[in-house]
Amino acid sequence: MSGVDTGDTAWMLIATALVLLMTPALGLFYAGLVRSKNTLNTFMMSIAAIAVATVTWAAVGYSLAFDGDGALIGGLGNAFLSGVDFAPREGTTIPELVFFAFQATFCIITTALISGAVVERMRFGPFLVFSALWSVLVYAVLAHWAFGGGWLISGGTLDFAGGVPVEMASGFSALAAALVVGARKDYGRQALLPHNAVYVLLGAGLLWFGWFGFNGGSGFSTGEGSVLAFTNTLLCPAATLVVWFALDLVRGRKVTAIGAATAIIVGCVLITPAGGYVSPGWAMLLGALGAIPSYGIIVWRTRTRVDETLDVLAAHGTAGLIGILFIGFFAQETWNGVSDGLFYGNAEQLLDQVFAVLAAPAYAFVMTFILLKVIGAVMPLRATDKEEAMGMDINQHGEEAYVTGEGAILLLPDDHDKVAVPVADPG
Amino acid sequence: MKLVIGIVRPEQANQVLEALHRAEVRGFSMSRVQGHGGEMDRVETYRGTTVQMGLSEKVRFEVAVSDGFVDKTVGALCEGGRTGEVGDGKIFVVPLDHAVRIRTGDSDEGAVTPVSK
Repeated sequence: MSGVDTGDTAWMLIATALVLLMTPALGLFYAGLVRSKNTLNTFMMSIAAIAVATVTWAAVGYSLAFDGDGALIGGLGNAFLSGVDFAPREGTTIPELVFFAFQATFCIITTALISGAVVERMRFGPFLVFSALWSVLVYAVLAHWAFGGGWLISGGTLDFAGGVPVEMASGFSALAAALVVGARKDYGRQALLPHNAVYVLLGAGLLWFGWFGFNGGSGFSTGEGSVLAFTNTLLCPAATLVVWFALDLVRGRKVTAIGAATAIIVGCVLITPAGGYVSPGWAMLLGALGAIPSYGIIVWRTRTRVDETLDVLAAHGTAGLIGILFIGFFAQETWNGVSDGLFYGNAEQLLDQVFAVLAAPAYAFVMTFILLKVIGAVMPLRATDKEEAMGMDINQHGEEAYVTGEGAILLLPDDHDKVAVPVADPG
Repeated sequence: MKLVIGIVRPEQANQVLEALHRAEVRGFSMSRVQGHGGEMDRVETYRGTTVQMGLSEKVRFEVAVSDGFVDKTVGALCEGGRTGEVGDGKIFVVPLDHAVRIRTGDSDEGAVTPVSK
């Protein structure tokens, strides 16, 4: 097909697979951070996002985000993949099918990210409903604003790989979700500790790996923007890690593993919007400076009554916001070929970035709040206290992560009517 | 001296710890055990294999106390462990012949009474 570049397409096929891997990696990261009785439920929320958000994205999400250049929302011209084929996507050199798949993986991980705010107590059914509605009503709209020709991108706001629709959207939606669903019953009364720090580190490592596709693919080519974003994805999180180590040392005299895993995520988020726009040097400064607000918010949040359980607001919302603003100061036309920031004499770029950090969090927070209130009016969002105490794995999925098999009796097909059997009838 | 053994739900273990603390019972050990009483079994399914889980996770507290502390300890285990549903567990109080604190060699009542240093 004319206009398609084979090199660009080859890279984008790989980048798409890399980004898809990020969602199970997020599941592993989140699963390690919860108590062992909620391992599978937490992991399954990420898998659920792959299931639900892919289908909604193919049905209407992609079209609403990327069909046309309406100010607020795209059209329905590409609904149900209509017209999405081998022809190059406008403005790129890759087939629109690849462009669609790559963008789908963004919608998936963003939807999965919000689960971090509601793990260990939100029922699985309502989360599926929420994922379906959120991926269309919030993600697709914000993706249109920032990527698809909406008012932010056409007004000049720069967002390389998703500071607006991915990071700020998930972070501020997570805050709203935590407020509507409410705190875990033992929050603030008992120590609720991560059950497997190795999962957390491995999950963070796989996320970082996938993030090279996320940022490196967001130029939709193997061109300079992609190359710059790719290398910045190495530099920025490394700087965040170093500063996080220092903050840990000052605060507790020890460098923590869970802290390191968090720092990797924060660093990757920081560079997401700015990756293709700032020089490698500024990317490292961004990683270093950007660690501080996220660190501070995590320390502060745990002292509040807000059980935004896995700190999506601190890691994604805050770092995404900092990354978007940073472009306004330090973008460099000699590196990105698009625009300078305030530091290089273009104050207007900063203003364009400020619009994004005001509008995106407000839209995400308000819409998520309303969405969950509406779903909550139809079905209970939370498990009962007893189910929560027993653990979500057993009562939502009928499985356990660390089953021993001791005392398990095989039920043959004829026994399936015995749903619950008293072992020793006390009566 | 008695050995008080309390077998409770894992999700109630923290409440039991709080209740023991309020009752000023300071020395005890706890372990994870599996067992079953009169509760309903859970049925779980793994790739089409359906199993009935006959054993439930429980937490076992063992508290060696002087006679004056027996009622307080039993009271604390009941208070912290009770949900009212089948499966809350059991408490067994058994006589204790002899106890020794390894560090000092103190025996019996002296060994089961906590010291501050």
